[in-house]
Amino acid sequence: MSETTHIHEHVTSVPHEAHHEVHHEHHHETFLTKYVFSQDHKTIAKQFLITGMFWAVLGGFFSVVFRLQLGFPDAKFPWLEDLLGEWARGGQLQPEAYYALVTMHGTVLVFFVLTAGLSGTFSNLLIPLQCGARDMASPFLNMLSYWFFFIASIVMLSSLFVQTGPFSGGWTAYPPLSALGQASPGSKVGMDLWLVSMALFVVSALLGGLNYIATVLNMRTKGMSMTRLPLTIWAFFFTAVLGVLSFPVLFSGFILLIFDRHFGTSFYLSDIYINGQALPNEGGSAILYQHLFWFLGHPEVYIILLPAMGMVSEILSVNSRKPIFGYMAMIGSLFAITILAFLVWAHHMFVTGLNPFLGAFFVLLTLLIAVPSAIKVFNWLTTIWRGNIRFTPAMMFAIGFVSLFISGGLTGIFLGNSALDIHLHDTYFVIAHFHIVMGVASMFGMFAGIYHWYPKMYGRYLNNTLGYVHFWITMVGAYLIFWPMHYTGLAGMPRRYYDYSIWESFKRFTDINQFISIVAIIVFLTQILFIFNFFYSIWKGRKVTTQNPWGANTLEWTTPINPGHGNWVGEIPEVHRWAYDYGKDGNEFISQTTPVGENESKDH
Amino acid sequence: MSAETYLIIAAALLVFIVIFQISKASEYVSVLKGEEKSKQQNNRINAFLMLGFMIIGFIGVWYCNHKMYKSTLFFHGSASVEGEKIDEMFMLTTAVTGLVFIITQFLLFFFAWKYQAKEGKKAFYFPHNNKLEVIWTVVPAIFLAVLVVFGLRFWFRITSDAPENALKVEITGKQFGWIMRYPGKDKTFGKRNFKAISDDKGNSLGQLWEDNAELKLKADKANFDDVVTTQTMYVVKGRPVHLIIMSRDVIHDVGLSHFRMKMDAVPGIPTTLWFTPRYTTKEMKEITGNPDFVYEISCDQMCGNGHYSMKGIIEVVTQEEFDVWMAKQKPSYYVANPDKEPKAPAADTTKVPTATAAVIKGK
Repeated sequence: MSETTHIHEHVTSVPHEAHHEVHHEHHHETFLTKYVFSQDHKTIAKQFLITGMFWAVLGGFFSVVFRLQLGFPDAKFPWLEDLLGEWARGGQLQPEAYYALVTMHGTVLVFFVLTAGLSGTFSNLLIPLQCGARDMASPFLNMLSYWFFFIASIVMLSSLFVQTGPFSGGWTAYPPLSALGQASPGSKVGMDLWLVSMALFVVSALLGGLNYIATVLNMRTKGMSMTRLPLTIWAFFFTAVLGVLSFPVLFSGFILLIFDRHFGTSFYLSDIYINGQALPNEGGSAILYQHLFWFLGHPEVYIILLPAMGMVSEILSVNSRKPIFGYMAMIGSLFAITILAFLVWAHHMFVTGLNPFLGAFFVLLTLLIAVPSAIKVFNWLTTIWRGNIRFTPAMMFAIGFVSLFISGGLTGIFLGNSALDIHLHDTYFVIAHFHIVMGVASMFGMFAGIYHWYPKMYGRYLNNTLGYVHFWITMVGAYLIFWPMHYTGLAGMPRRYYDYSIWESFKRFTDINQFISIVAIIVFLTQILFIFNFFYSIWKGRKVTTQNPWGANTLEWTTPINPGHGNWVGEIPEVHRWAYDYGKDGNEFISQTTPVGENESKDH
Repeated sequence: MSAETYLIIAAALLVFIVIFQISKASEYVSVLKGEEKSKQQNNRINAFLMLGFMIIGFIGVWYCNHKMYKSTLFFHGSASVEGEKIDEMFMLTTAVTGLVFIITQFLLFFFAWKYQAKEGKKAFYFPHNNKLEVIWTVVPAIFLAVLVVFGLRFWFRITSDAPENALKVEITGKQFGWIMRYPGKDKTFGKRNFKAISDDKGNSLGQLWEDNAELKLKADKANFDDVVTTQTMYVVKGRPVHLIIMSRDVIHDVGLSHFRMKMDAVPGIPTTLWFTPRYTTKEMKEITGNPDFVYEISCDQMCGNGHYSMKGIIEVVTQEEFDVWMAKQKPSYYVANPDKEPKAPAADTTKVPTATAAVIKGK
């Protein structure tokens, strides 16, 4: 830890307000080491965030294009042909392009935006700052984690430009479709690039995750016991544990798939006759892949959701000026969700021919997750009850998160029950469920985090009014887009259909599809507004003038406004209490660094 | 790009700029007015909007249901006997979750509005309360236990063995269509092997019609009377149908939304499903008031670029109609090998059904 000692040496000679200029000259940082190959967790966090935002715009744009097809199946868009060429012959999106876009939308949003962009950003930013550490346990591995993600991004991006197109068999990539180039053009070289990209991504996730765990366990400042940690850190910690234990399983699934694709093995392949030819593979099981995939795939939804939960807990408490209600129950429910996340993967497979008796256990365990989820919701509600709520944009998104989490969580109770899943599986009901509970809710958590910690990241504020516009349009839009999908799903409308016009049962939903598409476009444009706000405010936003703009208790607000590498000038502060002493004994807030007073009430 | 496109882009840009300028101006105004004051104003507005969102949201939920309930399948009830249980389960789950939805969403937005920051007000320090936490652990657990018990009862009923008298039909998915097989008079499906599949020879399922030394396959005589059709499946009203589901290439899914059933078709691993149709297709046309009504089989598992067009039809008919239809079918073996067909004594050969064409070209 050479940085640490350097900074220490300096402490005696610099005034308290001094920040990074001091050790800037000390380190001889170049542009390259400061902004590109940086080992500062705060810079790496920004790298994750901005790369994630790039992917979010692209992934969102994919959805706009395929929503155009769903909403206006007969319309011609000449500009689409200008943009996509052969993919949109005559201004009409082709099926292969539709499926490629759907697949890329899913892959990109789930992994690149809501895993790397969310947990990558905020674990990096907040774990050292809120634990009281100068950096991650291994800043170098942390840097590698980002660069593996970056290379994964490049490979995935390159797959968009190969002649046979990117992978187009759905983000879950079930073989044999994903294993056989004969089955779909997207399963040719596009799938190889997809697999390589995902493998690199797994490496990135593991490097990051191990670092987060090591940092939380070993690098907390004096007095910061585990039960004094803010819930954000607990959430990031469990997220990392989930990732470290489940990503390798996905990796193994991918390795077998690569073998089946190129080395003549039959792990997943059996009894296949395709394009006038019987393949030699026998004895494999296509279902094996699904087990391996969902063993990550299900924890993955919690990898996405837990960081949002953690940040929302923190933001609700800070802006209600009240302690989070039931801190220990919140940790307990995070823990329960983490454990159960590993025991429910087969609820994605009720209709694969899974033994119904086995399925029954997965029903039970799946519905069990609703209990810790319910605890969290009621605790959040009690947190804002009798608070003194400040509606910062972050707080608005946090409240929006709770609303969406309730709405989407409740439909999970339908899908987790196999007797209903047999009707609802792979319909738009599922689309509505997971977009609300995992997609939009986690996005809301991410937005809340960005609005809340932006002052820490850039020393400036985002524009408030734009924040409110962003929130309200997105909130209303999210419900308008996904609520009607429950109904089309109940009518059996299958997901991943390019065109419904030949279906007597589904073609009557053209109008509603059109409505959804229009709202989706408006919501997408609103996100562009947010992106604009983000970059504009980096340089032009209102400057933060106080160290602790939200009046929060946690340690990141004890650092200078623009902290340098090493975070604190001088000693890392000592922690004397938990993170949630808001409104205690008539005090607005009591920072974690404040020693417990003699006459302070004993509660907690 | 057309002029229209440019116009749309220009309009969108304009809206952007207007919103941005207003936002920028509002920031200056807040500095002029004093930040505290503008914060309070923002707080009031947003707290009010929270309440408004809740009220309009609930009305929207009602309106959406009002407009769309009729187009869900629940409106006409399940077309299968087993599906009725699923509908019952659905209604029970909706009742429970609906109640939770209304209560929690109400509390969330009501609290947000009611406890907006006000000058001089202090938040209530309330870090935990064991009694409350136990209540909202136990109560959801009880509700969920009820849902699990009911759900599993129905689940085991649906997935139990098909009744003895069930009509057995084998359905095989392929890119992008369905092949049906009936066992014929011997009520036994002949053995098949994917290596014997030959669309050119009219053997789309790889039925073992003859010995093949090279592949070490033996003929199975049970095949000779098996009837193979494509796209349309005939089943009988009131008689359970037992589907044996296979795939020739990638994973497909037999999606029967009107019967509330669904099962994947996995290459190499046969799966099964059974249900009892309640209404004939003809009756269903009347019930739904749609003269074009058909029971559709939708492929519900992403299977390639033609996934959206992988459609099958189920014709539910009476036993008599079924018998008439079946009598017209010629076993696939004889369709593919007309020379092997025993000369039937003066059978009515003028009406050879066309549905038995065993070869279908991919889309």
